[in-house]
Amino acid sequence: MSSVEATAGTQRGELSDWFRERISHAVSEFTAATALVVLFIALTFASPYFLTADNLFNIGAQTAVIAIIATAQTMVIITKGIDLSVGSVAALAGVLGAMVVRDLGFSLWAATAVAIGVGALAGLLNGLLVTVARIPPFIATLGTMSVGRGLVFIITGAVGVYGLPRSFQLLGNGEILGIPFAVVITVLVAVGVAFLLSQTRFGQYTYAMGSNLEAARRSGIRVGRHLTGVYVLAGVLVGLGGMIAASRVNSGQPNYGISLELDVIAAAVIGGASLFGGQGRIVGTIIGAFLIALVRNGAVLLDISIHYQQVIVGVIIWAAVYFDQYRRRRLESRG
Amino acid sequence: MGGIPTATADSEQQPTDAEPPVLEARGIVKRFGHVEALRGADFTVRRGEVVALIGDNGAGKSTLIKTLSGVHPPDEGEIRVGGRPVQFSTPVDARRAGVETVYQDLAVADDLSVAANLYLGREILRSGPLGRLGLLDKRAMRHGAAAALDELGVRIPRVTTPIAMLSGGQRQCVAVARAIIWATNVVILDEPTAALGVVQTGRVLDVVRRARDAGMSVVLVSHNMPQVLEIADRVEVLRLGRRAAQLRADEVTTDDLVAAMTGSTGVDRDER
Repeated sequence: MSSVEATAGTQRGELSDWFRERISHAVSEFTAATALVVLFIALTFASPYFLTADNLFNIGAQTAVIAIIATAQTMVIITKGIDLSVGSVAALAGVLGAMVVRDLGFSLWAATAVAIGVGALAGLLNGLLVTVARIPPFIATLGTMSVGRGLVFIITGAVGVYGLPRSFQLLGNGEILGIPFAVVITVLVAVGVAFLLSQTRFGQYTYAMGSNLEAARRSGIRVGRHLTGVYVLAGVLVGLGGMIAASRVNSGQPNYGISLELDVIAAAVIGGASLFGGQGRIVGTIIGAFLIALVRNGAVLLDISIHYQQVIVGVIIWAAVYFDQYRRRRLESRG
Repeated sequence: MGGIPTATADSEQQPTDAEPPVLEARGIVKRFGHVEALRGADFTVRRGEVVALIGDNGAGKSTLIKTLSGVHPPDEGEIRVGGRPVQFSTPVDARRAGVETVYQDLAVADDLSVAANLYLGREILRSGPLGRLGLLDKRAMRHGAAAALDELGVRIPRVTTPIAMLSGGQRQCVAVARAIIWATNVVILDEPTAALGVVQTGRVLDVVRRARDAGMSVVLVSHNMPQVLEIADRVEVLRLGRRAAQLRADEVTTDDLVAAMTGSTGVDRDER
């Protein structure tokens, strides 16, 4: 090969590298966003009830809970972990938040603080199980999932917490200038966590730990502390999400959030978070959460049974993870 | 960052006899259960030299490297940096003493950019209150990374490229550069070219030479005898957990090295 050819080849290679580097992160997000738009248009034609103010408000509030908890899940997934306990912890937080209002006369805000505290404690437990007891995240959070659900049923006697004041609904059903309150909270959470992940040292360490834990440890990062911190922060968001969910139905439901972990894992993975760790962005997760909420909402409007919804979500998870693996192989085939 | 300028600034190019070794291990013993991996090993690195550490499989090379980098604290013996005794209980201790290590397999975080990897664990934060909140100064890190890599002659597309998109040789160059940039005394490279092709190996060795010429001391663990003789100033041979020989690279052949490793010559014969 002559030197001219070599130079040209290098330039073309560099250009395509540059392009691949730019789009590698955005490609899942773009795919998910396209799917979202297509689904949105399809549902608009398929159901006369879809594009109504009421329904859109409903989708917004529904997305809010999934999006906030999926944001939490994304942080954990970036560390190469997984949090299966989100549904149980959200239920526990919501139930306790409702109980302190009903039985102790707490204000909504104080109750929210309680719910967040419950989430934080559960997150701390998960974090310590993973970092100190060195139990793999899958098993650690599976245990927390079971313990949490058990506690919810013990505390409530398997009966929902009703008899709450109307003001309890503010978080889930209230609005500011016609925008659901829950959506405003979701935007704040998403922007906050996105900033944390992309602009701060805490975020940098989160990606580093998920990408190569040993490299992170040998770089002097206190991985135990940081990993626990990620789980605690995730727990805080799960507690908040559980409280919003309880507020939406104006009651604490002991069986809330069963299989919620699937929805939020799907949302995170659709949005580009990799179960192999080190990758994931909140903007993708929010798109993924919308997609899942639309699937759920559309299924209800089109009278598709909840059991089919489960099937659909499962297939979406397969597709998203397959796509993630395919993308990784492509990326690393260069070697 | 500018680790290379600081490394040269306060060090002399030519070591004098009076100057204590920059890194020295004396009588290191390390046991794993009943296995004695190191049985009183000695090791010496002087300023501005490339020392190759060689030995047969199981001679204790990896263990010695790990004690020198703080991964396995020794059970007995002493480590000295610049003549002063030090305790390396963790890798962080070793790095504080200016000893940086590039491990065979766990060098870098693939998903992070080149710049982020170079600054991993030593991020530059924004000045003022934003920095105290942990806000990164990404621009400063990009510029610093680009300048440092340029100085070492490491060629990569851009410092914002994730490591996963680099070739094996580029990856290893980044890992080696990272250690050189931050080290103030010694860089330890554990089999840095084992998985690389000829051209890529050459690039890594170029980086090593540049670091040495800038006054850095380099420890190179390698199985590749011609490469050892090509790059090293001195060779230390480890056998059965002890130093078996210290050789000048320009005075020996690969046959001599192999003989010293396997113990078929009389260099410092084993006690029976």
